[in-house]
Amino acid sequence: MSKVLKIDKNVHEGVRELLRSFLENKKVKGVFALKKINENGAVAYSLITNPNMVEAILPFFPFMPANAGKLLSHLTLTGSLKGPIAAVVRPCELRAFVELVKREQGSLENFLFISSSCGGVYSLEKSVNGDLSTDSELWSKYWDGVKNPENQMADVRPTCKACEHFLPYSADMTVLLLGNKAIDTECKISLNTDKGEKFADGAKGEFIEEEIENEALKLFRNKRIEEKKRLFAESQIEKFGMDGLIKTFGRCIGCHGCSNICPICYCNLCTFDSRDYEWEPSTYETEIEKRGGIRVPPNTVFYHIGRLTHVGISCVGCGLCSDVCPADIPLSTIFLKVGESVQKVFDYLPGKDVEEAIPLTTFETEELTEVED
Amino acid sequence: MSEHRKPNTEHRNWQPKIIAFLCNWCSYAGADLAGVSRIQYPPNIRVIRVPCSGRINPIFVLKCLQNGFDGVLVSGCYPGDCHYISGNYYARRKFAILKTLLEFIGIEPGRVQFSWVSAGEGEKFAQVVKKVTDDVKKLGPAKRFVKRV
Repeated sequence: MSKVLKIDKNVHEGVRELLRSFLENKKVKGVFALKKINENGAVAYSLITNPNMVEAILPFFPFMPANAGKLLSHLTLTGSLKGPIAAVVRPCELRAFVELVKREQGSLENFLFISSSCGGVYSLEKSVNGDLSTDSELWSKYWDGVKNPENQMADVRPTCKACEHFLPYSADMTVLLLGNKAIDTECKISLNTDKGEKFADGAKGEFIEEEIENEALKLFRNKRIEEKKRLFAESQIEKFGMDGLIKTFGRCIGCHGCSNICPICYCNLCTFDSRDYEWEPSTYETEIEKRGGIRVPPNTVFYHIGRLTHVGISCVGCGLCSDVCPADIPLSTIFLKVGESVQKVFDYLPGKDVEEAIPLTTFETEELTEVED
Repeated sequence: MSEHRKPNTEHRNWQPKIIAFLCNWCSYAGADLAGVSRIQYPPNIRVIRVPCSGRINPIFVLKCLQNGFDGVLVSGCYPGDCHYISGNYYARRKFAILKTLLEFIGIEPGRVQFSWVSAGEGEKFAQVVKKVTDDVKKLGPAKRFVKRV
């Protein structure tokens, strides 16, 4: 059983009211959340301090313009922020931020994390052409899917449909969305930590006890696990092999958008943007001679396989790589699959716990003898 | 099978090219000992000396395979013997991840091998090289992850 704050308003208004009261009562210095930026339904992550601006916050707008984990890392890269900031983020974004903090790319200090049981988001394509706004059909369809596991979010991204980590692991507050049929009239916020309880203290609403892992959530989880199996089976990813990979990654146009948007790819100087990655003229000449011709740019397959070794262990499966890929490469499916198998070796779930070290930064003296000869 | 590899496979006397990353303190010294003891081992390996097996970035191994090597041997000090105390433990973890990835991208497990060789084990070094060479010979030329023209 968890302590839950129940506000008699719809989820959006309820969360807005809570955030407004935080700002008005000076409990927090700022609020970090998705905010409406124009009437076409465009939203952007914003850090606001003026309580009057809270009106424009759309905390659960089903679109991820960037991984908030990466944005929060930018905010705290050289030190923590002084005032407490209430950050409304999705579970995968929170995991990405925790993973970045482990890699010393940010600080968790002075944040109050408000997350939700997440229903996923629509793809970039659906969101930027103006079809998605709060009075659109996509919007009402989305909330229908969130309420009811049966019509589970028909059009959200495949990555989201296959995500079983829809409950945040380290949020101070979790807004209960999934499977909650009454989100239009009530806003339930579970208070997971002492910090969460302290902030919620004195908020308008009633405090109740409730089980978070209810039947509806179990149904969602089962559906999503099924969906993941279907996704892997449909893409035939297990049978890819080298030829499949070359064919898939061969479509890459070399824009490096996937690594730029990836929250885990944080290196300032990426090896794949450096001179190390370029071929010498003599290499081109040798290769042409050996193979009778080459495709240019030559290294796109190597780039993706290299990225799999770098990112695999920490991939949180946010799916932005697939979202931005102009060549429609199913990157997030591949990263999800490889990430899972690599993480399984060390029984590691990225971003779950900030105290748990990244497997490559630690070791046991007696382990993995099967990889030695 | 793509066309550009045909000449290689048809060549009856095809010899694999294998790259060996040897740690300066143990395996490289082991190779040295094999040399001065005049122990014979297959001449298919090209040695790169690294300060520690922990220095080896999985990208090195992938780059070798991309550039046309048929096999990769990574060798360092025994657990507990690392000159830098724990470099080889990290190497082992990196290698475990790399192995999972290689499996996914369809590179046969025998192509990339990891082995401990100490400075006193000239004989073992020769055996390891022989084993790796035999394994890679059986597998044939490596598929390279390069786009077809």
